[in-house]
Amino acid sequence: MAETTKLVNRRDFLKIAWGAAGALALIETGGVALSFFSPRVAEGEFGGMIEAGAVDSFPIGSVTPFTQGRFYLVRLPDGGFLALYRKCTHLGCAVPWNPAEGRFVCPCHASAFEMDGEVINPPAPRPLDRFAVTISAGVVLVDTSAPIQRDRASDADLVYAEAVS
Amino acid sequence: MNDPLDPRPEELKQRVWESIQRDELPPRDDRGRMRIVMNNLVLHLHPSKVAKPTLKFTYTWGLGGLALLLVVLLTVTGVMLMFVYTPSPETAYQDMLALQTDIWFGQLIRNLHHWSGNLLVIVAFLHLLRVFFTGGFRAPREFNWVLGIALLLLVVGANFTGYLLPWDQLAYWAVTVGSSLLSYLPLIGEGLRSFLLGGPEVGATTLTNFYGLHVAIIPLALMGIVSFHIWRVRKDTLTIPHKLDGSVDGAEGGQVEKVTTLPHLVSREFVFALVMTGAILLWSVWVNAPLEAAANPDHSPNPAKAAWYFMGLQELLLHFHPVFGAIIIPALGLGALAVLPYQRFDLSAEGVWFRSRKGRQMALVGMVAALVAVPLLVLLDEYALDIPALLPSLPTIISNGWIPLAALLLLLIAYYDGIKRLFKASACETRLSVFVLLVTAFIVLTVIGVMFRGEGMALVLPWEVL
Repeated sequence: MAETTKLVNRRDFLKIAWGAAGALALIETGGVALSFFSPRVAEGEFGGMIEAGAVDSFPIGSVTPFTQGRFYLVRLPDGGFLALYRKCTHLGCAVPWNPAEGRFVCPCHASAFEMDGEVINPPAPRPLDRFAVTISAGVVLVDTSAPIQRDRASDADLVYAEAVS
Repeated sequence: MNDPLDPRPEELKQRVWESIQRDELPPRDDRGRMRIVMNNLVLHLHPSKVAKPTLKFTYTWGLGGLALLLVVLLTVTGVMLMFVYTPSPETAYQDMLALQTDIWFGQLIRNLHHWSGNLLVIVAFLHLLRVFFTGGFRAPREFNWVLGIALLLLVVGANFTGYLLPWDQLAYWAVTVGSSLLSYLPLIGEGLRSFLLGGPEVGATTLTNFYGLHVAIIPLALMGIVSFHIWRVRKDTLTIPHKLDGSVDGAEGGQVEKVTTLPHLVSREFVFALVMTGAILLWSVWVNAPLEAAANPDHSPNPAKAAWYFMGLQELLLHFHPVFGAIIIPALGLGALAVLPYQRFDLSAEGVWFRSRKGRQMALVGMVAALVAVPLLVLLDEYALDIPALLPSLPTIISNGWIPLAALLLLLIAYYDGIKRLFKASACETRLSVFVLLVTAFIVLTVIGVMFRGEGMALVLPWEVL
């Protein structure tokens, strides 16, 4: 009788083949289901690029809510612009601006944020997310398609208008 | 005339009846009664004979049966509601108003559905407690206990997905907060959340998704597992109730008497189901399910609370870093729950409420310990102790996560060891005490969240809660 030098015998080979085919079928079915149910993300959520208005219409040190775009356009005391996503970074509540206290206070779990989004009071684990701001021909544009997460609020997030001629 | 191959009309009637109901009605003797149970699709959920001591109401409290009754009520009222409800943000809230004003008995059917759903969460939880306290999960029933936990999670899932459908402020923000808990799962959390919601925020797609889950996927899964769960109970039978001295509770002598399921068990179940249906009906006539203003994504109410059965978790979130409050601690709890029946079990404790006399005392100690310690710890964390402020150089996941969790686990180990020595108890009895402690702690946290958290989630007295 010939010596068995086979790596696997026929029984094991068939077992493995069946198992692999079954696993493959499961993965394929799962992939179909996953893609079928996955969210249909339209390009530019919340209306994509939003034209907030002329630079001069936002006084220094003001917070202007944009309900449709779900953000606040903040103009900090130094004149820099910042667009803050209104969703609380803790559990997703809509954070209102409290003008009396000069900060954002979440009604759900009392997280509080500075004007630039920095956390004053936990449980929020990170500053408010921001949207990219561009200023073109004296008009403030906010790209609301993708919120930008950050670990610390930073002056690098601010956008300044060029000196008005 | 009397051709045997051509039966007369009355014989045909008889034959049609017998083709439907095969066994003699009413049955003549016990054999007949057992045959009816065996040959009836619904009654076949039961064995044909049951041990007489297990019929005692204060042993099972009819909780498993009540859960099943509620599932039936929920299915009937739920299907009715499907005919008058469209899961779209434009129409959902209008449909809820129509239920209250336009549709005959609309409010009553909604109330029945709402209260049955909430009651089911409580009943399923009490059922779990009952099985644990009477040791009804020992071999060979371990896996059925695990299935029971899966069922409890499905019930909570059904409740949570149903919570969104009225599309009022309560629904919108409870689901926003509840689904945000998911986003703290490492790596997959954010993806899972947006998959479930169908986008970055709760919106039209979320409503469609939750509707599909609520009316089809969860009920189907629930019914599949429930069937398996009941089938296992039938195969394994109920644990026989025992008294403290080890004698069988409700039986004379050593032999456990068996009685026919029909009528002894079936009649009891029937009466209990009638009484409970009547009670739920009465309650639903008098107490309306809440409906707040239409959902407004621009304005979170203050306080924005999750559904009441998540308030224990929400309370944890106020004290721990979200990864711990929402993920690690609940996962530890569920994991511990699932492995419970695979621990060593004293055979003498089988079917005895709280294992033994010692077990009863230790359960009481566990309960009192939690009733005292949890409010104290909550007050301490709220007003006195701020670990992140003491250790500002550490990330909050350590100062507000690992450190307090480690401290609590050490306290728990000390409790386990201390009470085991104090009572000279077995591991089985000590586990019971720890179980009671943790369950009471969870209930206390839920009560604090529901009754003592007011505006801005500050601690207030119950009558100041909005």
